[in-house]
Amino acid sequence: MSAVAFADASAAVQAAWTALDVLTDPEIPVVSLRELGILRDVRLGVDGLEVVITPTYSGCPAMGQIEDDVRATLQAAGLQGRVITQLAPAWTTDWMTDAARDKLRAYGIAPPQHRCASQPLLGESPLRFVRQAAKPERVPCPHCGSSHTVESSHFGSTACKALYKCLDCQEPFDYFKPY
Amino acid sequence: MSATANYLLHLADNAVVLGQRNAEWCGHGPALEEDIALANVSLDLIGQARLLYQQAANELGGDATEDRLAYFRDVPDFRNYTLLELPHHSALVGYAKSDLDYGTTIVRNFLYSALMVLVWEQLQQSKDEQLAAIAAKSLKEVRYHLRHSRDWLVRLGDGTDDSHARVQAALDHLMPYTQEFWTGSSMEAAAVAAGVGVDVAALKSDWDQLVDDALLEATLQRPKGEGYVTQGKNGLHSEHLGFLLSEMQGLARSHPTATW
Repeated sequence: MSAVAFADASAAVQAAWTALDVLTDPEIPVVSLRELGILRDVRLGVDGLEVVITPTYSGCPAMGQIEDDVRATLQAAGLQGRVITQLAPAWTTDWMTDAARDKLRAYGIAPPQHRCASQPLLGESPLRFVRQAAKPERVPCPHCGSSHTVESSHFGSTACKALYKCLDCQEPFDYFKPY
Repeated sequence: MSATANYLLHLADNAVVLGQRNAEWCGHGPALEEDIALANVSLDLIGQARLLYQQAANELGGDATEDRLAYFRDVPDFRNYTLLELPHHSALVGYAKSDLDYGTTIVRNFLYSALMVLVWEQLQQSKDEQLAAIAAKSLKEVRYHLRHSRDWLVRLGDGTDDSHARVQAALDHLMPYTQEFWTGSSMEAAAVAAGVGVDVAALKSDWDQLVDDALLEATLQRPKGEGYVTQGKNGLHSEHLGFLLSEMQGLARSHPTATW
């Protein structure tokens, strides 16, 4: 590859990153796909630009919308590329940036309380897991900061969230579950 | 058909059939939170089924697609466990929406999630890299399913006389169907030999531990679970699967060339 072509290519990758940086999650419009860890990579493949995205939950209905948004954004920026959906390594809430966590809180969604990487999935006794899981986490209220909260339901408005209620300010709120 | 494709279809059919069954609660849940929870569990299962059907379609090649595999195969082609296609109530002849029993739903989800927590954990080591990637995702999801169903099993079992009796009856009804988990099949043996599948029978003691631990807390008696061994994974199904598939496949079959 000639030096000129390389410069063009890396400029195209950079232009794609810049264009895609503004894209947000369709369900949570305050955090970007990049901050959530859904937008994994922009790279140069044999056929041109490749944008790599990864689904959060297997059945997340937003993935189709996200793919369409990425294509439309590339097109609007005058870039040609294809979208690759990659499953491994599996998406985890650990990839969320601190900025994303702050934005979630400000939006009224409590961010994940613990990291998943510290709990290796392989080798851990499922029995220990279910017993531990039976005790809902203490999650601080994103509205008033009180930790006097209770879980209303394991599953909230989307699969990735649980529903909580603050016993001090009485407001219900979503909790983004560690995944 | 390759051993891998057959095995992927078994896993995918399990997920899509239970996903479709549980989705029957959508709009009919016993409480708003449970309506949403079951819909979310279904969404995970249908998402897993899509990934598995996509990979099976890759293996099969030709004109196979995820939609063709889900919507244009018939009852004898499905490789799901019989347990997963049963209606949400005990053995009856004829049933209506008003017969839906949440205890049956919870017991089934518990028995199956306890198995799949163990299966997905092992399948992370599958030689089929895409299946290993699907397993890593599905494991995260099924842990929440197990947590949800176990929690309700304990609440209903250790609840009122009525809830205890109903969930015990559901357990008595469903436990015999779990024998199918442990009986071998040529489809699974071929997948294990290829390094793609997992030897489910070897997981039985871990599963027993998960089940007995929960039943003790739920003050429920474990039934013997003996009797006729169903063979859904060999394509021999109960009369219920046909009705489930006709509802699930009806639209796609009425408009076979439609895209949306």
